[in-house]
Amino acid sequence: MSQATCPECAAEIALQASTEIGEILVCPDCGIDLEVISLEPPMVEPAPMEQEDWGE
Amino acid sequence: MRRRYRIGVLYSRLRVEEKWIFAALERRGVDYERLDDREVHFDLSRPGDWLTFDAVLERSISYYSGLYALRTLEGWGIPTVNTARVAEICGDKWNTSVALERAGVPQPRVRLAFSVEAALQAMEEMGYPVVIKPVIGSWGRLLAKVNDREAAEAILEHKATLGSAQHSMFYIQEYIPKPGRDIRAIVVGDRVLAAIYRNAEHWITNTARGGQGTLCPVTPEIEDLCLRAAQAVGGGVLGIDLVEHPERGLLVNEVNHTTEFHTVQPLSGVDVADEIVAYTLEVARQRVMEQSL
Repeated sequence: MSQATCPECAAEIALQASTEIGEILVCPDCGIDLEVISLEPPMVEPAPMEQEDWGE
Repeated sequence: MRRRYRIGVLYSRLRVEEKWIFAALERRGVDYERLDDREVHFDLSRPGDWLTFDAVLERSISYYSGLYALRTLEGWGIPTVNTARVAEICGDKWNTSVALERAGVPQPRVRLAFSVEAALQAMEEMGYPVVIKPVIGSWGRLLAKVNDREAAEAILEHKATLGSAQHSMFYIQEYIPKPGRDIRAIVVGDRVLAAIYRNAEHWITNTARGGQGTLCPVTPEIEDLCLRAAQAVGGGVLGIDLVEHPERGLLVNEVNHTTEFHTVQPLSGVDVADEIVAYTLEVARQRVMEQSL
């Protein structure tokens, strides 16, 4: 398991072995949505804000 | 020798559904490519590598990105799941309502107006409460239950002033006192794979808004209604939302063309992701067969 740092609140976030690039994680401390942008080194950035036409 | 099909999967976010779909493709040994819709672009006169795909599965979160991609791919003769026509119908609530009405599929009563005045008149005639929905959008966002004329005037003014052009399409639906739940069924091709109840004390029951899922048996009535709804919008891979009206029985509320199944799959035990992959491979197979004729 590796650790990334939340760019919003600096919390340490554990990445599971099954985590993939592009996956969305929720910061356990500040609650912001984060997108995994790199596994080596583990890095996350704020996920894109929800747009009006998003959905299923 | 059996030909291997090459599949593209256009997606925006790696949600659990996309992880399951990619895992299913890998288990089946399918030659596939992940296509992040933020990274692709289309050169209309040079389709290039796009033509190597026998089919593309569209899983964009953005309705417009997905729709324009589908139109482009279809223009190049590449089969897609779902088709652009299905996305056009399902991605717009009024288009869905029109298609359901045309096919005689029961749905909540609904009206459309283009001005605040006409919308108010429609609501007065329908009787309160009513529900105003944006024609485009999902996950239960920007829905408004309007209990009286004063609330109607306020909401309509806000929408007309603050909203984009599509918010001046006033989609007004009768309010249905649901029994604390609605139903989400997954249709792939000509089969209803599974269904769940989405339970919530709030009148908005979407699981994206906190609704909790429990397994719903697929009765012959649910199966028949879902297949009719699927056919009405053009078929494919669809998430169909049903509401239980106290007098009129089951009604089709919405049809989703890039359906989520994060709750249906674990509750039902049905490998929805694998079924979607199998359906996409069948679309690819048909295309290859047609090309060889």
